[in-house]
Parts: sequence; structure tokens; C-alpha cells
Amino acid sequence: MSSAAASAAAASPAPADRSTHADAHPGDDTARGGRRQRRPPGRHQRSETRAALLFLSPWIVGFLVFTAVPMVWSLYLSFTDYGLLGEPVAVGLRNYQRMMSDPKVATALGNTFVYAALYVPCAIIVSLGLALLLHRLIRGAGFFRTVYYLPVMAPGVAVAVLFSLLLNGNYGLVNRALELVGIRGPQWLTDPAWIKPSIVLMSLWGLGGAIVIFLAALSGVPRELYEAAEMDGASAWRRFRSITLPMISGAMFFQVIVLTIAAMQLFDKIFVLFGNPGAQTSASDASLFFVLYLFQQAFQQLKMGYASALAWLLFLIIVVITAIQVKVGNKLVYYEGGSTS
Amino acid sequence: MSAIPLAGGTVAVGEALAPAAVGSREPRRRNRTAQIVYWAALLGLAALFLYPFAWLISASFKPRAEVFDNRLIPLNPTLDNFVQVWNVAPMLTWFANSAMVAVLAAATVTVSSAMVAFGFAYFRFPLRNLMFGLVLATMMLPGMVTMIPVFLIWKDLGALNTRLPLWGTNLFGSPFYIFLLRQFFLTLPRELFDAARIDGCSNFGLFRRIAVPLSRPALIMVFVFEIQASWNDLLKPLIYLRDVNLYTIPLGLNSLFVKFNPVAGGEGDFQYIVTAALLSTVPMVVIFAVCQRYFVDGIAATARQG
Repeated sequence: MSSAAASAAAASPAPADRSTHADAHPGDDTARGGRRQRRPPGRHQRSETRAALLFLSPWIVGFLVFTAVPMVWSLYLSFTDYGLLGEPVAVGLRNYQRMMSDPKVATALGNTFVYAALYVPCAIIVSLGLALLLHRLIRGAGFFRTVYYLPVMAPGVAVAVLFSLLLNGNYGLVNRALELVGIRGPQWLTDPAWIKPSIVLMSLWGLGGAIVIFLAALSGVPRELYEAAEMDGASAWRRFRSITLPMISGAMFFQVIVLTIAAMQLFDKIFVLFGNPGAQTSASDASLFFVLYLFQQAFQQLKMGYASALAWLLFLIIVVITAIQVKVGNKLVYYEGGSTS
Repeated sequence: MSAIPLAGGTVAVGEALAPAAVGSREPRRRNRTAQIVYWAALLGLAALFLYPFAWLISASFKPRAEVFDNRLIPLNPTLDNFVQVWNVAPMLTWFANSAMVAVLAAATVTVSSAMVAFGFAYFRFPLRNLMFGLVLATMMLPGMVTMIPVFLIWKDLGALNTRLPLWGTNLFGSPFYIFLLRQFFLTLPRELFDAARIDGCSNFGLFRRIAVPLSRPALIMVFVFEIQASWNDLLKPLIYLRDVNLYTIPLGLNSLFVKFNPVAGGEGDFQYIVTAALLSTVPMVVIFAVCQRYFVDGIAATARQG
């Protein structure tokens, strides 16, 4: 962060300043000595650096103004009481202490975890299943891929609205269809036990992206492997288990991480269904997701300090979960380069 | 069953071949059953994925009392909803707002990300890897962490209740697109740039006349991705917009949902909700129909790099 700040400061007002500075203190450059021998930092190198900084300037400014400063600011706010009016009042660790005893935080986290734990495996299985189906197609794969990807294009709000009608417990399509086969469908969006499965269902409709990624991974598996296995008499399941799965494990690992992070931050569908003032109050506890609670604290209760602390908690949780996944993943994922060495 | 005449034919050719023919009949029939199951699954699932759309389209053509009759073909089809929905809410304004914000967001983010990506891909300079590492790191940062201070920045700039915060940050590039475009620029042969430089091309010329024209597919990909992201975004409009006439489509649709949903004390005019939901989706479906290749290639590319 500080290095970027230094180069940014040098980049904007007077780029020439930087080079004279560097010339005046050649000792500063000892760390780059090795590179220097290969490529003496002559006039060309300096002009190249200047040109590069010019191209990078939008990002440097944006990084400082919309990422670095807000991060520090957010961390600061998390130790204050701030209601938008007046100045932030320092309260030390009180926001973090409050978080620990706030039952809503536990509820929201619990709901979010349950949802992620339900959604991610379902999404992986369903999208891999669909990708395997599509992968076998010789003609028409494009058509089916379009069909499965189309829901991704629908705005999240439209999806939430549509599914709130389809999943309506009394006259929705889903329960009417279940009635035909003699099943009495649940009150999907108001029964606390069914809220998470409903949202999983809703999100599964939009997993076209995962299908496309698995399709790309599947088409990268060398055919010879299957042919060799078939000649050795390996069954379809055995081929899937011993060839397909290891060969696409990298893509699967990527999906698990990305889908988990997205699941932890699910917002728009939740807001439309449960966050609107007056909406579905009966199920409020079961439908309180973490980012919804954060949003409510920040922009409805105007507790900006507390909300900032919540944001950092979410960040920390995501980092920990991702780190665990990477650690476990590195053991399970098959890397082509690694096995041959 | 239809495999029998075929097998019978082989039997007729000679007794010696019969055992082999009988042996091969079994897998062939199983293959056919597998094919039927396979196509049934494929078509059934496709129908399942399309049915919500079909339901939505159908419901939009139904009068108020029949929206929930769940018929695929409306009993009394009507175009009334498509006429009235523009009057019950400023839908046309919302569409215009969304279109304007989406185009601004996509155009600015494409240009700025391409510039930055080119800076990372083409030039060699101190701290390059460290700075690129920062780009990757910010890609992982959840938006929630910076959401509140960024809101306060726009507030201090007097930009609350304007469209500016919905696309303004795109002027500075987006880490994910910088990453994608850099990968693309790195595949361009360096000799091209060296030749142009010898011909007296400036640095900006290298970007403008060589990198950009050769990277059109990647740039279009970024553009359409951002169009979709901007069009579908609810959070930013929700945070920044108060004035109903500034609403974008997702925020407007949400307000219609609240207004007409009886659960929230609304009037129960679901025919307008379904019609608005359908209309909000149509532009994205059209874009997908035209630019499908870019979406599919782009999604696949993200995973390859990840």
C-alpha cells in the first residue's frame, strides 16, 4: 500500500522528480542491483517507467481513493460510533464486543453459513451433472448451453420477484405441480425451515456460469486417457472417478471458492424478498442474512461504526474460510505438473 | 426391440456368427436405452430451466384475476399489462436511467481497465509485480469493507441522489477486468510493438493502434459483462438513489414489488409486477443472444486463470 502511495505521489505532480531523486540516492537501488546489471536504468528505463505510470494512473488514483483510504477509514470507523450526523465518536472495542453478544449477528451468520453449506455442494453437483450431460453432445451443445445460461442474464431482482410467485405456498406453480403428484408443498418463503432451501433453489436456477466453466474444463481432458482406460476395461464410473474428476479438480476447486464467497455475500434476492420494510416479517429471523443485517445497520439504522465492524468480521470470516479451502484443496486437487516431477 | 431385425440379419448370414451377434445385441440395446434416458434428462432439464421464463411471459399476458392460474396458454390473453405498466410507474424513465448508467459504466470501465492492463502488460518498471499483486488482492476484497467509506466520499462530494456513484468508480478501472485484459495483452506478439515503435509510434499509439484493435474480442467481453453487471445491480442504486425518477430498473422493480405485493400491504396487482419483471429481463436476453460468444468465452477464461 505504501509503495503504491509513493509511486502515485511521484506519478501525479512531477514524474521527473522521481528520477532525480533516484539518481541522488543510488544506494536506494541496491536491492535491484541484480536487475540493474541486466538492464541499466538509463534514460530509456526512466521514460518507460514514466509511460507505465501514466497508463497505470487511473488505477493508482482509484486504488488510493476507493480502496486504500476506504479500508483504513472503515477500520477506523469500526472503533467509533458514527450516525452520519456530527463526528465519529471513538468507542474503542465496544462495537466488536457488541457483535459478540448481538443475537442478530449469531442468527445472521448461522443463516448465511447454512445457506452456503447447502448451496455450494448442490451447485457443484448440479452444474457438474449438467456439464457432463452437455459434454457428451456432438451437435446442439450450443443450444442447451444457451438454455442453461439464460437465467444468469435475468436481473437478481426479477429472479427474486418471479420465484416469490412460483414458490407461493398457496397458489404458486411449484406447489400446484407437487399437488398433482399428491404432495402437499410447504410454505416455501414463510416457513422458517424452508426459506434456505427456497433460496438455494432460486440460486441454482442461475448457475449457468458454473456449467460453462465445467464444460471448458471437461473439454480440456485429453481423449487418450479415456481411450486407454476403456481398453483396460475401466467402467464408466471408474473412468469418471479416476480420470474426469482429477482432471477437472482444479476447476472444481476454483468454483467452490468463488461460490462460497458469493454465497456469503448474497444480498439482492434476500433484500427483495425479506429486506423491504414490511415484507415477510413473520420469518424475519430465519431470513436474516449477514449482508442484509449489515446493510440494515448501515443505511437504515445509520449505525455506520457498528456496520463497519460487521464488514470487517465478514472479511475475516471469508479470509479464514478461503484459507481453509485452499489448504484442503491443495491436498485434493490434482496438478498435472506436480505429479510428473 | 428394433435391434432384432438387424441381429436377425446377421444370424441368417451364418450360424458361426450367431454367438457374436447375440453378444453384441445386448450392449446395443442398453446403449439405446441409455440414449433415451440421456435425451429425456437433457430435454427435461432444459424445459425445467426454461419453464420459469415461460410462466413469466404467459403471466404477463393474463388479466389481473388470472395471473396465478398457472396456465401456460393464457385463457384470456391481453396486452393491457404492457400498455398500463408504463402508467402505473415511471418505467420508461427507469429504463432510460438503467441504459444510461450501464453504457457509462461499461464504456468507462473498458477504457480505463484496458489502459491499466496495457501498462502492466507492456512496460517493465520497478515494483511492477508488487503493484500487480495489489490488483489481485483488491479483487479478493469484499465490497462490503469499502462500501461505507465510499458512500461517505460520494456524500462529501455532494453526489448522493445522483447517478454518478453508480458508475464513477469505473473511471479508475476494475481489478478483475484489468487482470483479464492484461492476460490478453500478454498474448500479443511483442515484435508488433517493437516494429511500430521503430516506425515512430508513441506509447499511447502502441496502445491505441495496436493493442486495442487486436484485442477487440476481449474488450467487447469486458463491455458486455459490465453492461450486465450494471443493469442487474441493486445495491448501489439502493444506497445512493432516493428520487424515484432516478431509479434504475432493479430498484424500480423492487419498489413495484413492494407497492403491489399484498403481503407488504400492497394492492395485489401482480400483473404489473410480472410484466415489469419480464420487461427488465428482455434487454439482457437480447444482449446475450447477440453477444453469447463473449459471455461464454469470458466465463471460461476466468476459470482458466483462477
